[in-house]
Amino acid sequence: MITRRKLLMLLPAAAFAWEYVLAGTPETAPGFNRNEHWWGMLMDITKCIGCGNCVRACATENHVPDGYFRTWVERYHVADWHQETPQVDSPGGGKNGFPPSTAVGGKNFFVPKLCNHCVDSPCTQVCPVGATFHTPDGVVLVDDKYCLGCRYCIQACPYGCRFLNPTSHTAEKCSLCYHRITKGLTTACCENCPTGARQLVDLKNPADPIHEFLKTHSVQVLKPHLATGAKVFYNELDGSVR
Amino acid sequence: MRVNRFKDAEHLLRLAGAFAVGIALFLLLRAYFVPKSFGEYGHYRGAALAEQSDKPISYAGHQACEDCHGDVLEVKKAGKHAGVNCEACHGPLARHAEDPASVVPVLPDTAVLCARCHEANIGKPKTFPQVVSADHSGGAVCKTCHQPHSPLLQPGAKQS
Repeated sequence: MITRRKLLMLLPAAAFAWEYVLAGTPETAPGFNRNEHWWGMLMDITKCIGCGNCVRACATENHVPDGYFRTWVERYHVADWHQETPQVDSPGGGKNGFPPSTAVGGKNFFVPKLCNHCVDSPCTQVCPVGATFHTPDGVVLVDDKYCLGCRYCIQACPYGCRFLNPTSHTAEKCSLCYHRITKGLTTACCENCPTGARQLVDLKNPADPIHEFLKTHSVQVLKPHLATGAKVFYNELDGSVR
Repeated sequence: MRVNRFKDAEHLLRLAGAFAVGIALFLLLRAYFVPKSFGEYGHYRGAALAEQSDKPISYAGHQACEDCHGDVLEVKKAGKHAGVNCEACHGPLARHAEDPASVVPVLPDTAVLCARCHEANIGKPKTFPQVVSADHSGGAVCKTCHQPHSPLLQPGAKQS
């Protein structure tokens, strides 16, 4: 016979079991094994022409609101020896290209930027609810259904890659086109880069040309002193870039 | 003689009961409020991965274009624009790839399109072909002389 006491003792056990009932079977994406990839990106500064194709493609593919950017392009002007004080402009994130510069001489180049999909990302460390996370294949994503919009991650990102979506009021950032790369496509920005300045790389794929490239080129990540484990690699990155 | 061991411990049992109820309530609420896929891969909602993956694409990718437009690919491969993917100029065409009959792409205006890449700018690599379009063509549309899929001028092509 079930007494009141017995019932009370059974309840915690029932709750524990119920959790496992709810968990169900794990979901699987057909034809794609997350554990076989480790995504990053290669940016070749020597090839970027500042056309803004990547910014437009990203906005279209990911419905990025006007005036906000998941990727953007900066134009650097370093006058003679002023290595520590470069002049940087990025009108409209470079979405519509760059107007003629007033700068004369010096060193001039474009730097495309996006989320670095850091291995030890400061943004995921500060999220109080687990709404931003690392996927098993090395992409930092935001769960917009779980995000509170507290903005901690936006402040934590040292690269300024996050913003608060003005409509949903949740944090938003580059998803490395997770909906594309899991379908065997490249990201929208890489697909639309006319010079091949941006390339999606899979560091776990031994056949990926990135391995040879890293061995033979002068490659750097942004803000390496922060030890964020950034996975966007820049070829021929000038020391003036912040 | 049977000793009632719980004789003087009734208050403790009541306390234990209160704790049991509290813990049970906590576990029940936790089971209800924590999403079922939370913790599947880490400290986050595992189902979010599938939700991200399932989003629709806007750009079909050049492989999809090349499946049907192999003739253009051949022209492009021989020219300077071999590395430029179709949608970089023609725009997002995943809908067209799904339904080629009813979604017809608009032909880009070369006067605007070409300048995006080839208008001279101080930031561009010196080796990249650049022109000041006003001086270069005097306002003529680029495709008057250049074939966008293979832009180098052919011998005998119209030149001003």
